[in-house]
Amino acid sequence: MMPVLSVRGLKVSIHTDDGLASILDDVGLELERGRILGVVGESGCGKSTLIRAVMGILPKGASVDGGEIWFEGENLLAFSEAELNTGVRSSRIGFIPQDPLLALNPVFKVGTQLLEVMRWHAPDDGSRGNARRARHVARLVSLLRRMQVPDPEQALESYPHQFSGGQRQRLLIAAALACAPGLVIADEPTTALDVTTQHQILLLLRELVAEFGISLLFVTHDFGVVAELCDDLCVIYAGQTVETGTVRSILDAPAHPYTRALLACHPDRATSFLGIPGTVPSPFARPSGCLFAPRCLDVRPLCLSARPPQGRSSSGAEVRCVQYA
Amino acid sequence: MLRFVLRRVALVLPSLAGLLVVTFLLIHAVPSDPAVAMAGDAATPEQIERLRKQYGLDRPIWEQFAVYLGKVATLDLGESAFTRRPVARDIVQRLPATLELTFCALALSVFIGVPLGVMAGLKHNTWPDYLLRVFSVLGIAVAAFWFAIMLQLLFSMQLGWLPLRGELDVSIARPTRVTGFLLLDCLIAGRLDAFADAARHLVLPAVTLSLGGLATIVRFTRAGVLDTLQHDFVFYERAMGYRRLRLIWIYVLRNSVTATVTQIGLLFGGLIAGGVVVEAIFDWPGIGSYTVQAILTGDRQVMLAVTLLVGTVYAGVNILVDVVHGLLDPRLMERT
Repeated sequence: MMPVLSVRGLKVSIHTDDGLASILDDVGLELERGRILGVVGESGCGKSTLIRAVMGILPKGASVDGGEIWFEGENLLAFSEAELNTGVRSSRIGFIPQDPLLALNPVFKVGTQLLEVMRWHAPDDGSRGNARRARHVARLVSLLRRMQVPDPEQALESYPHQFSGGQRQRLLIAAALACAPGLVIADEPTTALDVTTQHQILLLLRELVAEFGISLLFVTHDFGVVAELCDDLCVIYAGQTVETGTVRSILDAPAHPYTRALLACHPDRATSFLGIPGTVPSPFARPSGCLFAPRCLDVRPLCLSARPPQGRSSSGAEVRCVQYA
Repeated sequence: MLRFVLRRVALVLPSLAGLLVVTFLLIHAVPSDPAVAMAGDAATPEQIERLRKQYGLDRPIWEQFAVYLGKVATLDLGESAFTRRPVARDIVQRLPATLELTFCALALSVFIGVPLGVMAGLKHNTWPDYLLRVFSVLGIAVAAFWFAIMLQLLFSMQLGWLPLRGELDVSIARPTRVTGFLLLDCLIAGRLDAFADAARHLVLPAVTLSLGGLATIVRFTRAGVLDTLQHDFVFYERAMGYRRLRLIWIYVLRNSVTATVTQIGLLFGGLIAGGVVVEAIFDWPGIGSYTVQAILTGDRQVMLAVTLLVGTVYAGVNILVDVVHGLLDPRLMERT
């Protein structure tokens, strides 16, 4: 079956005052229909840039230098900004932002903001004017009720600051689903929430994927969240995909030294709190061999001279490491 | 909302009283004798003394102040020593001309300044932005009287496109006074010829007066837009597929203009002060030229009354600014 989203060999760099920085350098992932793909990596590894590249909103000075992004059989990189804005964002790709406290416009009512999105992107059902608007309100009310937002009608008439963080995240999930997209991209949507709320939101997302027939791309730095929510996993390090496979196979038998090191850092599994020695290589000066080699506990001479090829681990994950070549 | 406004008004009254005390003392510190000024050159010392008694100028200053406050409370602003008419009536006569000029200048500043500021913010660090930055520094630095004279030289003397001064050509009969606002009165009387001429007379003084405000509004709107564009919600709105024009001109702009609105309130002081100079240069029959005349002739009652008027207008505008703030940003209304 054709994947909903398929990213291959994506390269993104950004021109800065200090020179050319390589943010993404060969990122690849595949999201199958109806599944939840977790993208995991440390901060600064390029997760946000990956999301922005898929949505076509790269920061100033950044450009895609290579690779492909296929979405439902179409090459997204060939879309113009106007085509993305009229035919893809919200209507086909929904977005759940990282910080629910900052993502809503503080001086407009929640209803105004959600209806603005639906006005341009909701599927056309033939109704016009006030009738169309009334249908949008009705859909939002039922979505908010499904998200367990108390008193949905009143919520639409309220301002963002009148909600708690968890409530706002529910509003934003409703917004992402409002125009019935096939793919939803979530950018660390639970990072800013407390643990109990985080757990509730993850449960809700899990249910919604089946209920609304969406596929979910879930970006996070937290393996605990991945274990709880995701089907598949893609580990990114310094702008490269280092390991992809099912969550089960990778958590059971992490193959790449970086994945192993990351997992060892997780409080549930940690044997010590040393973390991973060293730091992510600077985007201005990437090493010529394996990008993880300077921090790898298992480094070999070959790792320092050439980029490692893709290999396959015994559990079936794709791994970028000489050990599996 | 009503409580909010009432509290602001209650806070303003002491400031206005303070303003009057200071003005009263300052005027008394000036070494000119109002009785002498009123009596004229040929007066005998006895006549001057009589005038002094008649106007209570021989009483102690605190007593004079108390009497004045009592009169102000009943809207009696005294009599002008120069026009020999009640000051209140002079003000009612002249205020519309000033308001018309100030309003047009402010409208020019806002309707040109806000879009230019938004553009400068969007084109951050490109040549339109640099150009607007140079312009806004110039606009604040350039003296109004110099700018006015340059405009007069170019558009009246050289090109002959616009009239040099006044608010209506002498050859055109004034329409009947209804509201006192010349442009409105022309329309009410159905006098389009007079309207066109009045509008032509308004252009140069309004442009002169708008310059400082225009520059300030461009600067603050630009800064507001730059600040707003940094916020997460702008990225979120783009990711959700907001139409670009609506995103900028509705969703970003409303977040960006709070500082600008504050500035408009503060600008009002500058507009009124600038109005004095501009009205004098363009011979505009408003409060500004009335004030200049009063200062030149040592007309105490007028000076006091105009100070009080300007203070009241300034305070009123700033209360209005607070209300507009509350309407623009619901979070502010809840905090107060």
